[in-house]
Amino acid sequence: MNYNVNEKGYYGEFGGAFIPEMLYPNVEELRQNYLKVMAEPSFQEEFNQLLKDYVGRPSPLYFAKRLSEKYNTKIYLKREDLNHTGAHKINNTIGQILMAKRLGKTRIIAETGAGQHGVATATVCALMGLECIVYMGEVDIARQAPNVARMKMLGASVVPAKSGSRTLKDATNEAIRDWINNPVNTHYIIGSAIGPHPYPDMVTRFQSVISEEIKWQLKEHEGRENPDYVVACIGGGSNAAGTYYHFLHEKDVNIIAVEAAGHGVDSGESAATSVLGKEGVIHGCKTLLMQTKDGQITEPYSISAGLDYPGVGPMHAHLCKTGRAEFMAITDDDAMNAGLELCKLEGIIPAIESSHALAIFEQKSFKPDDIVVVSLSGRGDKDLQNYIDYFGF
Amino acid sequence: MNRLQQKLQEDKKLLSIYFTAGFPSLNDTVSIIEDLEKNGVDLIEIGLPFSDPLADGPTIQASSTQALKNGMTTEILFNQLKDIRKTVNIPLIIMGYFNPMLQYGVEAFCKQCQEIGIDGLIIPDLPVDVYHDEYKAIFDKYGLINVFLITPQTSEERIRYIDSISNGFIYMVSSASVTGSQSGFGDEQTAYFKRIADMNLKNPQIVGFGINNNETFTQATTYAKGAIIGSAFIKHASSEKLDTIGDFVNTILQ
Ligand SMILES: Cc1ncc(COP(=O)(O)O)c(C=O)c1O
Repeated sequence: MNYNVNEKGYYGEFGGAFIPEMLYPNVEELRQNYLKVMAEPSFQEEFNQLLKDYVGRPSPLYFAKRLSEKYNTKIYLKREDLNHTGAHKINNTIGQILMAKRLGKTRIIAETGAGQHGVATATVCALMGLECIVYMGEVDIARQAPNVARMKMLGASVVPAKSGSRTLKDATNEAIRDWINNPVNTHYIIGSAIGPHPYPDMVTRFQSVISEEIKWQLKEHEGRENPDYVVACIGGGSNAAGTYYHFLHEKDVNIIAVEAAGHGVDSGESAATSVLGKEGVIHGCKTLLMQTKDGQITEPYSISAGLDYPGVGPMHAHLCKTGRAEFMAITDDDAMNAGLELCKLEGIIPAIESSHALAIFEQKSFKPDDIVVVSLSGRGDKDLQNYIDYFGF
Repeated sequence: MNRLQQKLQEDKKLLSIYFTAGFPSLNDTVSIIEDLEKNGVDLIEIGLPFSDPLADGPTIQASSTQALKNGMTTEILFNQLKDIRKTVNIPLIIMGYFNPMLQYGVEAFCKQCQEIGIDGLIIPDLPVDVYHDEYKAIFDKYGLINVFLITPQTSEERIRYIDSISNGFIYMVSSASVTGSQSGFGDEQTAYFKRIADMNLKNPQIVGFGINNNETFTQATTYAKGAIIGSAFIKHASSEKLDTIGDFVNTILQ
């Protein structure tokens, strides 16, 4: 079984490029060039240099001793929260801004939900001196004021998406419309492993530095490269794709994908796409997505804005369908408690997205000598107000 | 030869109107179609509303959202159109995004279209290659014509390829934009219209996006076989002026 993308842009039956003809020249230009550009030594050199000196990579692989004692297994945390701007999102935006420059683009657009990807995009645009426009749902702008301010300080224009439910899905629609309106000078930096081919593969490759590092870091800690489990939360699936990438074809590594169950998978307020979704087309790719019987895309719900997306990337749809990955769903309450537990046991305040991945230890037991690597995709600064409101600090 | 192919052979410039089914009210579909025909419209695109219309500007987005709120579904639309061929003779095309068709079942959808007397489909987010490899046989089986889009950025080679697999008309998007976001055509558009006309394609071209009055209709049809009006008609319809459809059409055709 192949879990990587094939030459037509599919992961099994999922993926492809379901785009209006207006986007064809842009997406085709990217498709024809992305692998070539990424393979250029000068690209590699600049990418790696920035990841090291600017982002602060490698991010540590930290053995969480007290957490491991509590759950009687060996838990390692991949510390993407320590990256510049506070999450894994920057790995992708660094890669894509270098790609955009090599394709001669002068204007950058992006969508954002919680604002993490928007901040990461605004950051690299400031770094490279490129114009930056970030689309963000009107509802999210109100919920995520600090990140809106950050983007503005970094010189980006934040444009409210006022259509539909005015959240991440609609911000993505607006960014795509902008790209249709600006077909020549603009590059769209998609923030997750979603969208038309080649985006899911390109984003996955930029994020694959996560599992590349896990391999040699785990070798240093444990004398072996492969853990027994890799665990990551899934919104669109970019931190997960990066965490799994180098283990996809390692049979002895189990993959766990953690989705947001919101108020419960059957509550009507959930974002557990693998359970609630059906095959369909969203934002240019065929994947699992939450929709009505009639094919209208429905609004997901999660306390975590970063997991509040009605689809998953096509690679994850394939991992789900083939059974290569085990999918688990974590409620708001369980995620919040797991987040607070990490604060108390390890002195680390995680992003609420990442807290979902940490919550699996209450649901699933592991053997004492199992090595479980969890992607700690981001830090909790952006979520402070949420934690305060929830726990009443 | 189906109704659409026959219409395309008539010796006149064609006016096509797009409207969103279920807007302004759920049950306006049939009366809008009948009125448009009565007032001299040559061809109608019936929009099947979608929650996330990527290629559309604010006007069509808002009409789609309203149509869905009004309760429009694929099933209801097919029911409304059940007897349309008893009263309407001009070609009818359904325009919609791919996901609702996929959920209905592409073959079941095409079969329904044939039973009703729909002549063709426009599915902006179904790419040419996927259509060709996976769905063309089904469309052919039910006698449906699939209409593809080209834009000012589409390469000559790709236009020739699209022309080769089309058997109705080519939908020429007037400029790099979503629907409804244009005000008048300049030299750039004229040059593009002319460039395409000079390619002598086997399929006639109909221009869409940004046609909103007699002037833009005339500019577009100087080179092309016809023009499509969407957002401007929806703006008219949204002000509840359904009884003045004739006036609207007359200002375009003058
Ligand atoms: C910290 C963090 N983790 C995870 C995600 C979810 O995105 P993805 O599934 O692409 O990793 C986000 C998105 O905003 C995030 O900010």
